[in-house]
Amino acid sequence: MSNPPNTPTSSVSFFNNPKNRAIIFQVLALGFVVFLAYYFANNMFANIEARGIETGFSFLDQVAGFGISQTLVAYDDGSSTYSRVFLVGVLNTLLVSGIAIFFTTILGLLIGIGRLSNNFLVAKLSMVYVETFRNIPILLQILFWYNVVLAALPSPRQSLSYFGEYFLNNRGFLMPRPIMEDNSGYILAALILACIGVFFLARWAIKRHDDTGEEFPIFTVGGAIILLAPVLVYFVAGQPISSEIPELKGFNFKGGWVIIPELLALAFALSIYTATYIAEAVRAGIESVPKGQKEAANSLGLKEHVILRKVILPQALRVIIPPVINQYLNLVKNSSLATAIGYPEIVTLFSGTTLNQVGQAIEIILMTMAVYLLFSIVISLLLNWINAKMEIKGR
Amino acid sequence: MNRTKIALSLTAALALIPMTSSAGTLENVVKKGELNCGVSTGIPGFSATNSKGVWEGIDVDFCKAIASAVLGNADKVKYIPLTAKERFTALQSGEIDVLVRSSTWTSSRDTSLGLNFAGVNYYDGQGFLINKKLGISSAKELDGATFCIQAGTTTELNLTDYFKSQKMEYKAVTYDTSGQTIDGFKKGRCDAVTSDASQLYGLRLKMDDPNSVMVLPEIISKEPLGPVVRQGDDDWFNVVRWSLFAVLEAEELGITMANVDAQMKSDNPSVKRLLGTSGDAGASLGLDAKWAYNMIKQVGNYGEMFDRNVGKDSPLNIDRGLNKLWNQGGLMYPMPIR
Repeated sequence: MSNPPNTPTSSVSFFNNPKNRAIIFQVLALGFVVFLAYYFANNMFANIEARGIETGFSFLDQVAGFGISQTLVAYDDGSSTYSRVFLVGVLNTLLVSGIAIFFTTILGLLIGIGRLSNNFLVAKLSMVYVETFRNIPILLQILFWYNVVLAALPSPRQSLSYFGEYFLNNRGFLMPRPIMEDNSGYILAALILACIGVFFLARWAIKRHDDTGEEFPIFTVGGAIILLAPVLVYFVAGQPISSEIPELKGFNFKGGWVIIPELLALAFALSIYTATYIAEAVRAGIESVPKGQKEAANSLGLKEHVILRKVILPQALRVIIPPVINQYLNLVKNSSLATAIGYPEIVTLFSGTTLNQVGQAIEIILMTMAVYLLFSIVISLLLNWINAKMEIKGR
Repeated sequence: MNRTKIALSLTAALALIPMTSSAGTLENVVKKGELNCGVSTGIPGFSATNSKGVWEGIDVDFCKAIASAVLGNADKVKYIPLTAKERFTALQSGEIDVLVRSSTWTSSRDTSLGLNFAGVNYYDGQGFLINKKLGISSAKELDGATFCIQAGTTTELNLTDYFKSQKMEYKAVTYDTSGQTIDGFKKGRCDAVTSDASQLYGLRLKMDDPNSVMVLPEIISKEPLGPVVRQGDDDWFNVVRWSLFAVLEAEELGITMANVDAQMKSDNPSVKRLLGTSGDAGASLGLDAKWAYNMIKQVGNYGEMFDRNVGKDSPLNIDRGLNKLWNQGGLMYPMPIR
């Protein structure tokens, strides 16, 4: 660094120019990394070939030929291929993650607010909850809840029955499966129309509130429209949805929808565990809002729940969202622990059973890793976008 | 997780080792002075630890036999417990030298995994273990049943085939280890466990009340179980294959752990060739002339291994059936050593 940065470039040689040097070294470093990656990949494939292990992705078209306990898309164990197994696994991961994220968010929010409650009992119970479940490894919790679920529930023949249509036993929670008949499309159309209508109603309500300050009970009215419209159409169209009720045949139930115990236990454990972290994020967020804000709102005579919803949370969310993104990502990744209880998600199905039947570890592990990477990137982007919307707008 | 670790180490191993071929497994084992043997995480009678934490079983005995043939000492074995899902990757990556883990010999495993099956040390078939409370006596009555299965086994595929051919329905709950599988069954998550029949007898003993469950008579598949080695290392393949033949040949010739020293003085040419008092069977395998003597002296012949671990002298008390020698009505047929 003998040359001061403001030395005119013409007076130094090409290689002594700090700008050129920087570029040269970066190109060299990049070239080295690329070469190393190429060398390792090349070496790996040469070694695989030398050992007579099959490579490539042609196995995806082979028939899998094993049963899966929960499939969200059509899957036939006699004719579906490994690519379908992959899809089933991805969807099952999404399902359990989606359910758990939904419940953990609500639970975390409640507990987080509860920790700051003036009510001694609520505050202490919330604290005990957080300290207990945060400090037990998630794998143990999954195993614990799975064993609780299996131990607490009766066998199919002694099922707990509700209304004669819903059954609970150690094979899962069974419920009637709706069967769509002709005209059932109208109900869906009514639901979509109602949603669109409520969307515009809400925009109108916000605009009116901004202009005149008048409140409109959008949650009550909107909820009623979305709920009532399809019900109305259901009866007008002549009740076109019937249901297939699960039935005890032999020693098991047949028909209906089943929520398997593995899904129940896994979603439950993930929700309970992640909620502790979300609760702490919520608490941190709320505590970050200056006390004056609450006092000012109080002095305006706003009610407690309005203060929370309109003054505290909007400001707190800016602090809450970044750590919550991390927790969502952790939750999705933690769902791979399902392999311990046999929930058929992507790791169990694909880098478990499929890997063993096919034996192509590298391709299969790569595909599985790509799935998690993709999930994580999508969640990050989505929440970063929400975060950007929540940021303080420079005025 | 262990599996990811193995997969990563496979990637790393395959990426990093130079392309020049490495030394053979036989030389490596001799140099290390230890045999890395892949076994199960706990299949009673085949490979499981006893109450003192010592590995026991017919598969374990075969690991010991190979170690005594190659290293002259049956204790020079390092047992590496593997789940069904991990086993082949562990062998491919070189973490183990031989896999003796109740693995079924199938065409796809033999041809596409870069592995070779060196023989069959147990002829098995897939069966069903059910709770007596179900009140059934045949697999044909299992329509609609839920099964606990171990992931990554031929069992998963056979079950589908069987129920398709019988036009019956079933549900499968797939677990990682045999321990989890039997646990799911104990807790009533499934109606039946399906696995190799030999394993079902072991699993039955793990139940709180073994008399509350029973093994159904049907056998729905062929499961020839045998030791596996990496493809392309013929010297090592020969050692494993002929170690198996040697313990079978010993039984056929009536050489046992107890009488092997006396047999060293035998005039029977077959015995002399096996025990290395004549011929060069050991040398041509790259082993000591007393390779077979060491095996029989330290571990015993095949019949002794069988009786001790799964047969009449064991709690499993499985009939030898197909695993009898060829001249006694079974399928075990050692190729001649000469």
